[in-house]
Amino acid sequence: MPDVQTLVNEFVNQLKKRKIEGSQATAKLTAELLRSVISQQRVPHTNQATALIIAVRAVGEQLIAANPVELAVGNIVRRVLHIIREEDLSLATAAMAGLGVSAASDDEDDVERDENSALSAAAVAAAARSTLRPPSLQTLLEDTSESAVAPHTSSSGGESDGRSRSVEKGSRSRKLKHDVIEAVNELIQDICTCYEQIAEQAVEHIHHNEVILTLGSSKTVLEFLYAAKEKQRSFKVFVAEGAPRYQGHILAKELAARGLQTTIITDSAVFAMISRVNMVIVGAHAVMSNGGVIAPVGLNMVALAAQRHAVPFVVLAGSHKLCPLYPHNPEVLLNELRSPSELLDFGEFSDCMDSANGTGSLHVVNPTFDYVPPKLVSLFITDTGGHNPSYMYRLIADYYSADDLVVKRRPTTVSCV
Amino acid sequence: MGVQKKNASRVSEDPDELVRVPLQAILLADSFTTKFRPITLERPKVLLPLVNVPMINYTLTWLESAGVEEVFVFCCSHSKQVVNYLEKSEWFSQPNFTVTTIESQNSVSAGDALRLIYERNVVHGDFVLISGDTLSNMSLTQALKEHKERKKKDSNAVMTMVIKRSKANPAIHQSRLGTDELFMAIDPNTKQLLYYEDKADHSKGTLHLDKSLHVDNPSLTLHHDKQDCYIDICSPEVLSLFTDNFDYQHLRRHFVKGLLVDDIMGYKIFVHEIHSDYAARIDNFRSYDTVSKDIIHRWTYPLVPDVMNFANTAMKLERQGMYRASEISQSQSAVVGPFTVIGSDTKIGNNTKITNSVIGEGCKIGSNVVIEGCYIWNNIVIEDGCKLQHAIVCDGVIIKSGAVLEPGIILSFKVVVGPEFVVPPYSKVSLLQKPIEEDSDEELEYADSTSAIGSQVDKSDVEIVSQVDNTHFSPVSELGMGGAGHVWSTCEGGHEEEWRHSVAPIPKDKILEAIKTMEDDMELIHDGSFLPTSGELKPNSNDSDDDDLEDSRDDSYYFEKEVEATFLRAVHENIQESHLILEINSLKLSYNKLTADCAGAVFYAMMKYALDSPHNSADGLLQNVQVVFTKWKKVLRSYLTDIDEQIEVILKFEEMCSEYAKEFAPLFTKILHHLYNEDVVDEDAILSWEDEKKDADEADKVFVKQAQKLIQWLKEAPEEDDDE
Repeated sequence: MPDVQTLVNEFVNQLKKRKIEGSQATAKLTAELLRSVISQQRVPHTNQATALIIAVRAVGEQLIAANPVELAVGNIVRRVLHIIREEDLSLATAAMAGLGVSAASDDEDDVERDENSALSAAAVAAAARSTLRPPSLQTLLEDTSESAVAPHTSSSGGESDGRSRSVEKGSRSRKLKHDVIEAVNELIQDICTCYEQIAEQAVEHIHHNEVILTLGSSKTVLEFLYAAKEKQRSFKVFVAEGAPRYQGHILAKELAARGLQTTIITDSAVFAMISRVNMVIVGAHAVMSNGGVIAPVGLNMVALAAQRHAVPFVVLAGSHKLCPLYPHNPEVLLNELRSPSELLDFGEFSDCMDSANGTGSLHVVNPTFDYVPPKLVSLFITDTGGHNPSYMYRLIADYYSADDLVVKRRPTTVSCV
Repeated sequence: MGVQKKNASRVSEDPDELVRVPLQAILLADSFTTKFRPITLERPKVLLPLVNVPMINYTLTWLESAGVEEVFVFCCSHSKQVVNYLEKSEWFSQPNFTVTTIESQNSVSAGDALRLIYERNVVHGDFVLISGDTLSNMSLTQALKEHKERKKKDSNAVMTMVIKRSKANPAIHQSRLGTDELFMAIDPNTKQLLYYEDKADHSKGTLHLDKSLHVDNPSLTLHHDKQDCYIDICSPEVLSLFTDNFDYQHLRRHFVKGLLVDDIMGYKIFVHEIHSDYAARIDNFRSYDTVSKDIIHRWTYPLVPDVMNFANTAMKLERQGMYRASEISQSQSAVVGPFTVIGSDTKIGNNTKITNSVIGEGCKIGSNVVIEGCYIWNNIVIEDGCKLQHAIVCDGVIIKSGAVLEPGIILSFKVVVGPEFVVPPYSKVSLLQKPIEEDSDEELEYADSTSAIGSQVDKSDVEIVSQVDNTHFSPVSELGMGGAGHVWSTCEGGHEEEWRHSVAPIPKDKILEAIKTMEDDMELIHDGSFLPTSGELKPNSNDSDDDDLEDSRDDSYYFEKEVEATFLRAVHENIQESHLILEINSLKLSYNKLTADCAGAVFYAMMKYALDSPHNSADGLLQNVQVVFTKWKKVLRSYLTDIDEQIEVILKFEEMCSEYAKEFAPLFTKILHHLYNEDVVDEDAILSWEDEKKDADEADKVFVKQAQKLIQWLKEAPEEDDDE
């Protein structure tokens, strides 16, 4: 197996050169890289979670710096950090529970914990979460009884942790790493299958004889529309071509090949066509905590047109696109200006850009993204179902730890458990 | 250092070679020109910052992202600096990307560099040839594929040149990169390059194409809006071609034109045009300016400051093309305008205005300074109230308060400009004196002592310092009170061209002037009163077919002169016959002559030598001729394979006798007889010469008559032979 650092460097390099495109691909690669970082990280006997977190953070910092515009990188780093914390927590509680229930011998312990952990780990996790941030809707509904016990368990967790470690050092260190890797594998699985999970919901949203409008190309949208078609819905799709990269053409080709009734329109014709449209379904680059969307350029215009004609504006986003940051956060560079050559031919206009003879007055700006404010979005569809924009921050809080929002900051005190 | 590494790599690659040859590149970290003087006296061109990043980084980054796996960096002038820089950078430690440096102190041209690399035997397959001042974001995949496919079909397709469309300025015949307008003829179907001319003579307004181009190629397109990107995909044969033709120096002027003209070997060059990608070479200060602007305008994406941060501080892009590093201190009242880059740790004072400029790291800019279109490198102090327009200011320069830099100025390292001093436009200022040898001959531009000076500077920074001290103490220097630096005088010829290649925009009046002359030219052409072109394009363009007699006569004249000089050298330096023959053969190729022409010329040279040797009588002269012929007849004979060539010799002799070597006239028959005896000409030749002369004028028959006796004898001779 190659050295992790070389892998990291290679990935950083690719990110820097903008060789990896698409948030799904980036997310998957990031998760895979972090998985190998974790698996190669040697954990000490004490405080293993801290060691893992520091290692992941160090790598994550580099990755985020390499391409700050690709928010999926940061999302995955934070997700992995969150996973480590959760696993550590569940192990700690399990260990404690094991001690409490039966002062059993070491070899039995593993079995016991597996049985007990499911319930108690969730409880402790919930308790810990409640101390760190406002409780999520789920936890509020789940545990009313244990909330009282929570402070006690979490405070005693520290002591018992130390005690338990001495008892079952070896097994636990292996266990934590193993669990984390398992969880990261699940995450990778989730990223890979997010299309399917989103697409499953298609039938609930697309009905007979509807007209759907989309812009640019998104794999998620493609699968979503196709899933609806598979379920014998007959509907029409308008595809706005998505200048300047014209990825709408690719989408239209694909849709037509799969037998959907497809019409291509220019971006500027969106307003003219919107009155015939029943629903706008688009993909996103990232979804921010406030429910705002960072999406391919031109979408804000589409959203405004949709609002004007009261057409639902639906955004499809896999969970890896949910970003715990707010768009006013200075860490979020909202945009990336790409090469002007996507807009026009350098040769044709080269005389207008000749600064030497005073005609160098032509400037070309080619932004990649638009920001669609939350009030223009009607519905988000993620792997877990449909959500209102105002609920996004809650949903996002389920995926991330508050401690990890700023990855860059060097952890002075790490509060695991 | 190279030896061990090379062997190791070769061993490891050899078994590999059959399967897959890693893509290699040769990066010439030396431009072999002096266009960036005086800056390049102290630092190699490839390390000059381009938008705050040394140029070579752009090239290496591109090579790496284009999938090149092994790069040989050829360092010549200031090689130590380049090597040190690369060692400090991350380039030596990249995975899947090997950078190897090759140092040489005595190469003076790209040709020398490639010959050296050939000797090292490190390049095994197709390679990318690029110089360290080229930047691009193109994808090589397509071009490589095309190159390989062509190579498979035709092993003579040795090179693919990358070109890009870019309109030249019609008024001043100059591309936006400041290079001369380039003319190319390309076969639109095969993309073969048929003609390449970057030094076209615009004053005539005409361009010569060889007629045979039209004959051989059913269609060809002539372009003048293409820009040569100086990125070449070459087959390994290119290196051996350079070794075979030891006089190839310049990649374009000699190699490309050489291959295009030479139809003997049949090597072909093809072009690959890029459309959406960017590629450009920084050839002069004008292209430095243009390319910097292209980078700021993001044509080179992802090679732009905010994306490509080389280990140093990150830049952030703000509205209107403003790039700002994170740690700068800027006064509230300072106005930093559009399309400006500001490096880290730079301080900007009150009410200072900066537009369209690049400011490096650690600069201190005072209050009320105006900076427009300037390239300010690192650690520069600009005091209050200065005004800078379109200048390049190198590291460590101090500009005292109130000084003014007019457009087009280059301030080299550590120059100090005195207070209130106004530096005149287009000045080049350096702490070093201008090198004395100033050869205005353009051909020698790259061949002069760049490397010598380079190594001298390399060795002794101390020397510069002492020079600095010297200038410091003189209270009033060339640059005002307390200034330090020498203003390089521009020679008359250079001054005219100064505005073409400087960073400053072209003055309006120059453009108007150019337009006016162009219009005048047009009128001339319509009048039909312009002169036919002289043979200026001659030696390169092989267009004798469609030229008037005078031209070809000129050409033969030069050829004869050359042959004569070569012959005399051979005589005086006692050069072996076989070598002499070799040299004459090469002349023959370069002037595109027939063997008969050679025979005539060699004969002429020999007779001339005999004539010029001391003699006092006609007999003495004859003696001389005999001596010369006994010694050198072998040379002559090697061109006399055919009867036509022998006739040519006789005709030549006749011409000499009647025109410019009348001394031979009385000896005509004797010498002719001698030639016959020496087997230089045989009787068939003499007889058919006579035959040819039968219908000539009386005046032309003088020598035939004179030789009548010999001819008679010759006619009878065979019978005698038979008798015996």
